[in-house]
Amino acid sequence: MEMSGEYRIEASREKVWDGLNDPDILKQAIPGCDEIERLSDTEMTAKVTVKVGPVKASFTGQVTLSDLDPPNSYRISGEGKGGAVGFAKGGANVRLESDGDATILFYEVDATVGGKLAQLGARLIDGTAKKMAGEFFSNFAEAVAGSAETAGEAAPAAAAPSAAAPGAATGPVIDVGTWIGGLVVAAVVLLALIAG
Amino acid sequence: MSETGIGAAVRRVEDKRFLTGRGKYIDDIDQRGQLYAWMLRSPHAHARINGVDTATASQAPGVVAIFTGADMAADEVGGIPCAWQIHNKDGSPMHEPPHPPLAVDKVRHVGDQVAVVIAETKAQARDAAELIAVDYDVLPAAIDMDLALADNASLVHDDVPNNLCFDWEIGDKDATEAAFAKADHVVSIDIVNNRLIPNAMEPRAAIAQYEPSNGNYTLHTTTQNPHVIRLLMGAFVLQIPEHKLRIIAPDVGGGFGSKIFHYAEEAILTWASAKVPQPIKWTAERSESFITDAHGRDHETHAELAMDKGGNFLGLRVSTKANIGAYLSTFGAAVPTYLHGTLMAGVYTTPAIYCEVKTVFTNTVPVDAYRGAGRPECTYLLERLVTKAAREIGMDPVEIRQKNMIQPDQFPYQTPVALEYDVGNYPASLDTALQASDYAGFEKRRAESESNDKRRGIGISTYIEACGIAPSAVAGALGARAGLYESAQVRVHPTGSVTVYTGSHSHGQGHETTFAQLVSESFGIPIEQVEIKHGDTGEVQFGMGTYGSRSIAVGGPAILKACNKIIDKATKIVAHILEASESDIEFKDGKFTVSGTDREMAFAEVSLAAYVPHNYPIEELEPGLDENAFYDPLNFSYPAGCHICEVEIDPETGDVDITNFTAVDDVGRVINPMIVEGQVHGGLAQGIGQALLEGCVYDDSGQLLTGSYMDYTMPRADNLPNLNVGTQSVLGASNPLEVKGVGEVGAIGSPPAVINAILDALAPLGVDDISMPATSAKVWQAIQNA
Repeated sequence: MEMSGEYRIEASREKVWDGLNDPDILKQAIPGCDEIERLSDTEMTAKVTVKVGPVKASFTGQVTLSDLDPPNSYRISGEGKGGAVGFAKGGANVRLESDGDATILFYEVDATVGGKLAQLGARLIDGTAKKMAGEFFSNFAEAVAGSAETAGEAAPAAAAPSAAAPGAATGPVIDVGTWIGGLVVAAVVLLALIAG
Repeated sequence: MSETGIGAAVRRVEDKRFLTGRGKYIDDIDQRGQLYAWMLRSPHAHARINGVDTATASQAPGVVAIFTGADMAADEVGGIPCAWQIHNKDGSPMHEPPHPPLAVDKVRHVGDQVAVVIAETKAQARDAAELIAVDYDVLPAAIDMDLALADNASLVHDDVPNNLCFDWEIGDKDATEAAFAKADHVVSIDIVNNRLIPNAMEPRAAIAQYEPSNGNYTLHTTTQNPHVIRLLMGAFVLQIPEHKLRIIAPDVGGGFGSKIFHYAEEAILTWASAKVPQPIKWTAERSESFITDAHGRDHETHAELAMDKGGNFLGLRVSTKANIGAYLSTFGAAVPTYLHGTLMAGVYTTPAIYCEVKTVFTNTVPVDAYRGAGRPECTYLLERLVTKAAREIGMDPVEIRQKNMIQPDQFPYQTPVALEYDVGNYPASLDTALQASDYAGFEKRRAESESNDKRRGIGISTYIEACGIAPSAVAGALGARAGLYESAQVRVHPTGSVTVYTGSHSHGQGHETTFAQLVSESFGIPIEQVEIKHGDTGEVQFGMGTYGSRSIAVGGPAILKACNKIIDKATKIVAHILEASESDIEFKDGKFTVSGTDREMAFAEVSLAAYVPHNYPIEELEPGLDENAFYDPLNFSYPAGCHICEVEIDPETGDVDITNFTAVDDVGRVINPMIVEGQVHGGLAQGIGQALLEGCVYDDSGQLLTGSYMDYTMPRADNLPNLNVGTQSVLGASNPLEVKGVGEVGAIGSPPAVINAILDALAPLGVDDISMPATSAKVWQAIQNA
C-alpha cells in the first residue's frame, strides 16, 4: 500500500508539545487505541483494536524513528503483529514545512501487509488508512484544544482538520515533529495492520 | 436395451441424498474422543524460520499437543512426493526439492504450514496457535516468473538455480525451423493463461485415526483417488504399508482436480494421530482453501504460426513459461508438459511443431491440475492464434479452420507431438455448431446491435483434448511413476442384486448412476438392483481414481470386463443346469436361453444357483458370482468439438453479455445424455468464468490479493446465457465402451471462443488483444486505449 498527503496544523507549539507527550491525548486521537507508551525519543509502542471489513483484531505496533534531520524530516518505520490475522509493516517519510504560524506536514507512507490482512482486506486498506488518518488528525486537534481550554467550554472545535503542530524551529521541535510522525505512522501503519 | 441401460436419461440416483441434505461429508463425521487440529500458517511468502516457540501455546486451555517441522523431521517423516518425473532438454531429470509436510527451515508461500496445534476444540486449537511465536527472517519473494528466472532472483529452493524446475521440449525443432524458413506469413501471439483458484464447494477436510492395539491407521479425506493417497502417503511419506492404512473418501463436494493431490495436512494428521493417540479432525476454512488448495493454469506463452500463401499451416513454434508454485504437487510436472505440449496439433494438420516449456518455482501456492489441466492452456493458445492468423491474412475464421483440419479419412492420425488420434470428425462438429449458432445470420444480428450502439462479435474454438488417462506403458515412458489403469469388482448377490466396487471416485460426476447403467445394460436388470461403491480402500480392491475425464473411459471398461466375466461364468452354470452346450446359451434382456428352445433361466435364478450349488458343475467351477477386472486403456481417448460464442458489448461500460453459446462436443458414446449435458454445462461455466471473471492475483511480496469472494469472482447463474449444448459423436475407437469422456470438454473448449468473440466485436474499434479475465473494466479500458 502506498499513500501520501499533507496536513496543515494550527496550534501553539506548547499545546502540541503537551498533547504529543500526553498518552491520554494520543490514546484519544488514535482510532481504536487501547494503549500507548513512549519508550524513548525515538521509540514507542501502541496497542490498537481495529475492525476492517471482516477482520477485527488487536495489534501491537512498534514504531521507530530514523534518518532524523531536525526539524525538517525523518523516516518513521513500524511493524505491527496481529497474531493469526497477520502482520503489517511499513514506514513513512515525513517532512515538515513552516507556513507562518502553522506547520504543514507532508507524509508518504509505504506499508506491506501479510497473512489474512492481505488476503481479506487488501482492497480495503487504502480507504481505511485514509479514513483513520483523517480521524486521527481531527481527534488530535480536538483533544489538544479541549485539554487546553480546560474549564468546560469546548472550544468551537473548529473546522475539521485542525491539529496542533510545531511552529518555529527551536530546540524541542525535533521531538514534536517526531511525535507527529509517530502518530501518523501509528495511525497509518496500524491501520494497514488492521485493514489487512 | 434395458430401460435404465446405456443411452437412457436416468435421473441421478445420488441426487436424492444430495438434494435432501443427507449426503455424508467428512465434516458430518465425528469419532469418539476426537480432537481438532489447527494449522499455523505462514503469513510470509518467503522466510527463513529461526525458531518456533510453542511454550506458551502448549499451556493454553485444551491443548493436547503441538508439533512442528522439527518434530516430524526427528521422526524421519518423508517429503510429499511428485508422481511424475519430467526430464530436461539435455536428458537430466527435473529438480525435485524436498517438500516437508510441516515447514522445517523455510516457508515458501503464504499459507505454508509451520505447526499443527491439536486441542479438544477447534476454537481452542485456533486460539493456541495465536500464542505460537515464530521467529521469521523474511526473505525477498520470487513471484513474477521472469524475475524468478533472473540470475539475481531470490531462490525458492536454495539448491534450484534460477528457480528453474525443468526446461522441457517436444517436437522436431529443426523441421519446425525449416517450415518457418519457407513460410509466406508468420503470425505471432503473446498469451497469458490466467491463474485460477479451484473453489470446490466443500473445502478440504480430514479425520485421522490410529488404533494402538493393532497399528492400523484410518484416514477420512476429501480426495478424488483414495488408493493413490494410500500409495503416496503410505509408501513415500509415512512408511505405512497398505494393509495398515485405510483411506476413506465419502461424499466429496467437488474437486475439479484440486482434490487429486496428496496434501501435507493428510500426512500431518495421520502421523499425529499415532502420537496423541486419538482421532484428529481438520476442516479447512474457506480462507485456507484459497491459500493451500493447488491453483490452476498460470502460463505465459509466446507462439508463432507459419503459413503458406494460401493460409495452410506449415509450422508452429511455442515457448511457454509455466508457474509451478513453491513445491511440486502430485501432477504439477505433468500438466504443462504431457498434458499441454502434446496437444499442440489441435485439430489441424500442422506438419511441424516444436514446443518448449520452462517450469518455474515461485513463492506461491503450488500449481497443479485443474479441470482440463494443460489442455485448456493449449487450446486457448491455438484457437487465439488461429483466429488471429485468419484476421491477419484476411481469411474467414471458419475457412482457415476448414482448410487445415484433419479430415475424417486421415485417422488414425499421428501428430508431430507424440499423440496418435484414433478417430474423429472435426469438420462435422464445426458444421453442426455453425448451423446451431446460426452463424450465417450473424452479420444481420451485428447490424442490429450496432443500430443500438452496441458491439457484437462471434468467436469460434475448434478444440481437441486427450483424456481417458492413460495407457500405463505410454504414461510410464513419459515419466509417470504409476500405472493408470482402473479396477472393478462386480459382486452378484444370491438373489441377483449387484454391488459394484470401482476404483473411480465420484465427487459430483454421477457415477452411481452412469456406472449402474452399464451394469443394467450388461445384465438386463433394472438400475435399482445395482449399487455402486467407491471411495474406501478398505472396501474397494484397488483404483487410480477420478481425474482427466478418465472414469467412464477407463473405469467404465473395467466394470464392463468384470460384467463379461460374470456372464461367461453364468453361461457355464446355465449350460450345466439346462443340460445344453455352452455355445447354445444366449443371454439377452436378463435371461439365459438355450437357443431354439423355450428353456431359460433368469439372471437371478443363475445367481442363486451359484450361491446354492446343489446342482452345479462343482468340479469345473467355483461357487459364487463375483468377478474382478483391471482395465488398462489402449490409447488416450480424444473428445473434440466446436464451441461458438456470441457476445454483445456495451462500449460505454465494457459490459460483455454472452447472448448465445453453442457447444457441439464429440464425447463418443453417450451413456446418460442428461449427465453429459450437465457435465458440459458445468465445464462451460468454469471456462466462461475463466474468460470473463476469475483471476488470481499476488502482489510483489507474494501476498494473495484475491483471497476471498470479495476479490475472486466465481461465475454465477446470471453470468451465463442459456447454453445451447449438443453432441456430435463419432464412437470412440480405443475402448470397448466406445466412450471418450466428458468432464473437461466445457472448460477446455470455451475460453478462446469467448475471447475471440470479444475481439471480433472490438476489432472495428481497433482493439486487437485482451487478456483473461475480460472484465468490464478491462474491456472498457481496451476501448479507451484503442
